[in-house]
Parts: sequence; C-alpha cells; structure tokens
Amino acid sequence: MIRRMAIGALVVLVVVALVWAIAAIAPRLPVRGTPPVASPATLAGAGAERRITATLYYVSEDGLSLPGVQREVAFADSIGEQARRIVEAQLADAPAPYASPVPAGTALRALFIGERGEAFVDLGGEIRTKHPGGSLEEIFTTYAIVNALTVNLPAITRVQILIDGKEADTLAGHVDLRHPLQKNLKWTAVQTDNDK
Amino acid sequence: MAGQEMFALDDLARLFNVAVREDAAAGGLTVTAGTQTIVLSAGQSLASVSGRLISLPAAPVRDGRTWYVPVDFVPRALALAIGGRLELRKPSRLILVGDIRVPRIVGRMEALGSVTRLTLDISPATPHTVTQEGTRLTVRFEAEALDAALPATTSPELVVNVRPGEAPAAIAVDLGTRFSSFRTVDTPGDRGTARLVIDVIAQTTEAPPNPSTPTPAPTTPNPAAPETPPLIDLAPAGTLRAIVIDAGHGGSEDGAKGPGGALEKQVTLSVARRLKAALEGRLGLRVILTRDGDTTIGLDERAAVANNNKADLFVSLHANASPRPGTSGAEVFYLSLDEYGDAAERAAHVDSEALPVFGGGSRDIELILWDMAQARYIQESAALAQSVEASLRPRVPMSARAIQQAPFRVLVGANMPAVLVEMGFITNPAQEKQLQSDEFQNLVVQALVESITRFRDAHSGVHQAGAR
Repeated sequence: MIRRMAIGALVVLVVVALVWAIAAIAPRLPVRGTPPVASPATLAGAGAERRITATLYYVSEDGLSLPGVQREVAFADSIGEQARRIVEAQLADAPAPYASPVPAGTALRALFIGERGEAFVDLGGEIRTKHPGGSLEEIFTTYAIVNALTVNLPAITRVQILIDGKEADTLAGHVDLRHPLQKNLKWTAVQTDNDK
Repeated sequence: MAGQEMFALDDLARLFNVAVREDAAAGGLTVTAGTQTIVLSAGQSLASVSGRLISLPAAPVRDGRTWYVPVDFVPRALALAIGGRLELRKPSRLILVGDIRVPRIVGRMEALGSVTRLTLDISPATPHTVTQEGTRLTVRFEAEALDAALPATTSPELVVNVRPGEAPAAIAVDLGTRFSSFRTVDTPGDRGTARLVIDVIAQTTEAPPNPSTPTPAPTTPNPAAPETPPLIDLAPAGTLRAIVIDAGHGGSEDGAKGPGGALEKQVTLSVARRLKAALEGRLGLRVILTRDGDTTIGLDERAAVANNNKADLFVSLHANASPRPGTSGAEVFYLSLDEYGDAAERAAHVDSEALPVFGGGSRDIELILWDMAQARYIQESAALAQSVEASLRPRVPMSARAIQQAPFRVLVGANMPAVLVEMGFITNPAQEKQLQSDEFQNLVVQALVESITRFRDAHSGVHQAGAR
C-alpha cells in the first residue's frame, strides 16, 4: 500500500515537473499556436481575409522624424505570428510620400517572443550591409521595428534586433543593440495614411 | 637576477643594522631587528615577519656565500620589522629611510608656439616657490631633497636647460635669448599630488605665424594688444586637462557616403586632426585621437582610449545620413539612459568602497562597470551638448532637432562627459561639399573650441566629484 502511494506520488511529481518544464521552455520557442494577446489593433475584415490596422513607422518628407502611419496588416491568430506579419509589413516598401527607414531587401529570418515580453527579431545581414549609416537614419531603422511591435502588441514590451541569428553591437556604428529596446516615440508623430 | 632586482642581504644588514643568521639544516634565514624577526625560506616567495606572512615577488636566492632577496623585501618585510618609514622608489633606485621629505618630481616640456610650457608633477604635493634670478628661474621646494626626472629642452632659444639647482631641493631653469616673461599655475592633483605649470613666454617681435596650421583664428582678437602673441588660455585649478577626440568610423567602416563619393570616415578624421591642433594650441590641453589614420577601431576601444587616458571629455565626430537628400543640419547627441533600465540607475549611484590593501590599511576603490560608466555623467554631458549646440548654431546650419538623446554604443562606456556631434548630412549634396571644405571644417573646430572653453569655465571643479 505504502509502495503504491509512493509510486503515485512520484507520478504526480513527474507530471508537475513536466508541466513546469514545458511552461518554462515554451515561451522561448518560435510562437505558432499560442493564444493571441489583447491588442489595440482593430479587425478590419473577417474570416481568411481579416486584417488589422497597425501603426507602422516611416521617414517623413523632411527626413527629421519617424511618424506613425496607419496601415492594414494581415490578421493572425497568435501573437507570434501577428508580430511576424507586422514586422514583414514594416520591412516592405513605404507608402508615399514617406521613405522606408529599413534598407530595401532586408529579410525577416525569425521572430521569437521571450517569457518577459521581449521580442527577438532576427533580420538578414542586408540590414547592416545595405544600411546607409548616419546616427539619425540608424535611430529610425531601429525604432521603426521596435515601435511597430511595442505599439501594436502591448504584450511585447521590449525588442532586441538580431542579425543573421546573432546578437549585434550596432547596425552601423551608433545605436546600442546589445539589449532589448523599449518603445521610443521621441521621433514620431502619428499621421493618417492616405495611401491605403 | 632571473628578471628580478635583488639586494644582497649582507648589504641590507650593514645598512639597517640587522642580524642575519642562516639555518642550514632547515634551509632558512632569520633576520633579526631589535625584538622583531623575519624568517625566510629558500625556494619560497614568502617572509614571516614576527609571525605575519608577507608575500614577496620571488624567493631568496643564494649565490656562493651571499643570499639575495628581492628589492620589495625592504618595504614589505624589513620596514615592518624596523618599525620606521622605509620607502622604496624603484624608478629612481632610491630607498628613503625615516621621515624625510623627498618629493618625486616628473617634468615634461612642450613647445606651444611662442610659449614653452614646463609641467612638473609633484608627488606628494610640496610647498614651493618660483623666482627669477637673472637668466634663471629657480623652483625651490620645502623638502630635504628631490627625486626628480627632468626633461630635455624642446626650444633652446627660450629654455636652455632644466637641471637640478644649487640647493638640494631646487630645480633651475636656464632661460634663452628669446625669454620675455613667465607665469605659473599650481593645480592640485589626484591622491595628494600637485602640478606646477611654468609658461615661459617668448619676446613678441619674433613670434612667427604658422600659415600651415589649420587652427582657426580667434573669433575676438584683442585690438588693444595686436602684437601680443596668443597666450595659452590656462585652465583654472581642477578643470580640463585631457580630451579624447573620436573620429567616427575608419578603416573598413566607411560610415555614411555622400552622393559625390565623400566618405564620413575621411571628414571625421580631417576635423579631428584640426580640432586637436586647435585645442592644444589655444587651450594647452592634452588631446588624444582615437585614431590618427584610416584604421578600424572598435566602439569599446574608443571609450577605452578615453578611460585609460583619464580624459576629462570625450567628443565623437560624425556625419549624418538620410534617405531624403534635402535633409541638412548639425545635431548634437548625448546618451539616453532609458534603454538601459535598472543597470543605468545602479551605475549612476555607485559609491566608493573601502577595500583592504595588502600590508594593512584600506583604499577607497570605485567599482564602475565600464559598460555603464556614462550613467554618472548624464547631467554634465547634457550641459556639454548644450554648449556645443550654442557654439555651432551661429556658424553652421543646424537641424530642427539640434540636441537629442539616444542609446549610442560609443558613449555608454565613456567615464567622463561625452557627446557625439553630427556635423551635417553628407547625403545632402550641398552639405557634402561643405563637410569637405576647409572653411566649414574650421567653423566646426571654432565652435567646438569655444564650447569646450565655455564648458570648462562653467564647470570648474564640478568634474572633481566624478570618477577620477
């Protein structure tokens, strides 16, 4: 009897340990099926065509600010996939009259969401090799991606940019990328997109 | 002896009146001074001073009948046994016995146009006077003797020679034919040291202009004394002594590129060299460039140059870029701490800790994480950025965002006030030409010299509270 109780207790312990291990490891895996987190983005469609309105960031006409522009982005039913679609939209061409703060051809290799709400955005090496340099342009590139995620997905609190799967010091010698960065709206001013 | 400087133990015994006894059976030595004993063992780099273990850099060595001990045996072990003051000065090969005053004087001489500057670093700080006696200046110290390392002259027409004076604690400066006058400035140094600066000024009639020097002309020439040579603007006590100028990018990192092919790394190096010449010539500061050629330098290495040289300011020079060719104007950045969270907060409030020092006592050590060193200087960096912006504005086009904060990698590790100056947008065709021109570069240099001077005057003594 005592032996059976001991085996039962051991089974319970193993199950608890497994649940704990899954809970601890899962958030670091690429997110595919995790439940969506509340987002301010609004649904713009329904079913397979559903889209959300997200704020993306582009260089202003005078080149001195990074205004937020409302754009439609495909809906996803998990926060990880939604984050991926937002970044892919941010990496695409800018709507007129804005300019893209990200070098053309920059690829999103992977996107992970950590257990404390940090998103790790792994970009292709083009973001470094094709970057034109300059402090302001590097600030705009970095914070376009950081703000696109943290503004549209409040569950993401910080963003760290990786390049070719590795941690990076900077994109072009200025902005410190060694730590996850939080939302920074100093250079932004929300405007309405006339190019939908 | 085997890379170690050693004293013969017999010589020390005679000098300090101690007894040396060898215990052949145990392979040891006993040195007796009064009631105190020092026990040494062959092959062991340790000494036991009345039961207290002291580390030595090497073990005692026997050569024939003579035993040798490392020179550090004197201050570390013998001084404890004797109980008096014993100071070993390796560079000058001196042992100071007892409570006598023999300050260490290290001199250097610099030719700064019509002024030759003799700088004497005095350790410990010792009262002194400087007097002119005919064609000689005499610096007399209130001490029994001097342990001096004096420099060779760099401009014999002004200073013929710097040598020990006739008195045992004096230094004589023999003056040359162009000597006109002199002035002195005393500044306190770190850890009880002092610095005496003597400027020997040449006669004005022979002051030659140097047309090749890119130093900009003073913006406000003194009409009352047009013949007076530009005197060095000596810093008040406790202010700027060294500045590190960082020419952004370099080597394999071109930085931003202009539509006409100009490279940011070339512009930054050119301005850095001009700024160095201007700061040295006008303010008499020690200026260190993080690079003085087309070399690749890491961002950590740039801050390390400033930290290792104990620079008082760090100025990083850059040229900006934009996808908009019309964007123009200079911008001045200092570090933003928001992105660094709690680490910045902790780094900003580091207190010194008293750590035990070998041989007894303690020393205040400030443990600063280099990675976050700038956190302690944000206010001063903001003031420097404002000063730079105020001086740039009347001279060069400014951006609508003239002063900004950002988490810049090159600034975060600087352990002194630090700014990054974007001189203009190299991607703007008109600004690309400006950035390459002598006129524009000299205007930037003028602005930086003026702003650094203003910052120095406004923050006299403030920096002393920092990590020095």
